[in-house]
Amino acid sequence: MSDAATHSAIEAVWRIESARLIGGLVRIVGDLGLAEDLAQDALVDALRRWPESGVPEKPGAWLMAAAKFRAIDLLRRGRRLEQRQEELARAIGAELALAGAEFDAVISESIEDDVLRLMFACCHPMLATEARVALTLRLLGGLTTSEIARGFLVGEPTIAQRIVRAKRTLTQARAEFAIPDRNELGPRLGSVLEVIYLVFNEGYSASAGEDWIRPTLAEEALRLGRILVELVPGEQEVHGLVALMELQASRFGARTDAAGDPVLLAAQDRGRWDRLLIARGLAALGRAERLAAPAGQYMLQAQIAACHARAASAEQTDWQEITERYEALTRITGSPVVALNRAVAAAMAFGPEVGLALVEPLRGEPSLSGYYLLASVRGDLLARLGRTDEARSEFERAARLTENSRERELLTARATACA
Amino acid sequence: MRFMMLIYPGLESEGDWTPDVEAVAAMGRYNEELTKAGVLLALDGLHPSSEGARISFADGKRVVTDGPFAETKELVGGYWIIQTKSKEEALEWAKRVPIGGDVVIELRRIFEMSDFPAELQEAAQLSEPPPAQALEH
Repeated sequence: MSDAATHSAIEAVWRIESARLIGGLVRIVGDLGLAEDLAQDALVDALRRWPESGVPEKPGAWLMAAAKFRAIDLLRRGRRLEQRQEELARAIGAELALAGAEFDAVISESIEDDVLRLMFACCHPMLATEARVALTLRLLGGLTTSEIARGFLVGEPTIAQRIVRAKRTLTQARAEFAIPDRNELGPRLGSVLEVIYLVFNEGYSASAGEDWIRPTLAEEALRLGRILVELVPGEQEVHGLVALMELQASRFGARTDAAGDPVLLAAQDRGRWDRLLIARGLAALGRAERLAAPAGQYMLQAQIAACHARAASAEQTDWQEITERYEALTRITGSPVVALNRAVAAAMAFGPEVGLALVEPLRGEPSLSGYYLLASVRGDLLARLGRTDEARSEFERAARLTENSRERELLTARATACA
Repeated sequence: MRFMMLIYPGLESEGDWTPDVEAVAAMGRYNEELTKAGVLLALDGLHPSSEGARISFADGKRVVTDGPFAETKELVGGYWIIQTKSKEEALEWAKRVPIGGDVVIELRRIFEMSDFPAELQEAAQLSEPPPAQALEH
């Protein structure tokens, strides 16, 4: 194998093994920064040795053993972790003393807990959301600082700083890296789900970030969701989020036209929707629905996405069910934007009059006062009710409010049509 | 990116294959690994070619030939579809399939719509776009 080929092979091994490696090291050394350093050192060892020796049969176990030797070395020389070092060195030494098969068993037995522990650590509630996102993508996704920076349109030093600070915060607060117990699990899981969905949306929405990195972010979020659902299979909202992401990702190929402009859901070519991801999404939704719990926000959104996925055309969509789900979602989130979506769905299900009645109370909503879609939706409903003068002024208002030039052309055209 | 891993069991005759408990268990563990790593999208095993058929289209004629097919060693036995960040990562997974002997794994990248030029994407368009309405993308 050439050096370049070995390096790509090592990078691939790193992507597969790094989360377990860092998670396992966190369990042993109790410090996220130190765990990452040790894992990186092991990687450097591999980069030096594997080009000559070849990639070992069990690269994950090799990296773990290398990292543990570094850990003992470091701790004996007393560079970090003042008090517990000897004790730790002995504990690691004892693990290393185990013979081959037993050693593998010790490693593999706790692998799942280790990855879960790392997820909770990266999404620790004492960290700001943006710090959680950066740390998760770096330590669990194995993304480089530069990849993360490009995905979120911020400078590389900013991301690097965020990661360093986040690790320091956790160390200084002596954060516990234990897996939360039953009482704590809900909110801690909520924090992890929030981070995963935020990464997914950053990749899915066409609002920011460089084009090539967006699918990477969305795929990474999906991968993290699929990993998490295997680790905590009894949680409805985890299945719900995975279902939601699979179903939304199924529309990825149909969301933009040849010129790269966004295509609205109703106008999408359903032949381009990914049947495999739809099947996976519906299966995940089925698992979520079978778990007894009050419907959470991710499952409700997945149920709405499923209504679209099941419909052969926009006209054949079950708008009544969508309306009901949006109602439930409005109750949970209290979001005026969700309430607006509910009004649109109700108009599709029961006619423009019903839709308009639901839109009217939203006009006093301060957070929607500059929102062009409120004006655009209201204009559409008024036009369908034959109230053309009012419709025209709403379309004109929407055209003034939107920041998207193509959208503005469209809205101006609709205003002109209301003659 | 997505890859298909095709498995060629490389059997002398298709009748040779009987499920070996240990081999099946090892494959089960491997599939579980793929699932837990969040990379597995789908997988299936295929019945012997005696239950299949080939359809040829030469000279504008559709000719159906029932299985089994002669070149037993070159027959596909099943597939996985995995999603990875790179070809190297897919290769690393392919290398971990717990098999031996004459078995061969073939790794092939799956086409995404965006891999095609615009005019081909246009030609693949299936339905007439209905008028825009809903909020979501």
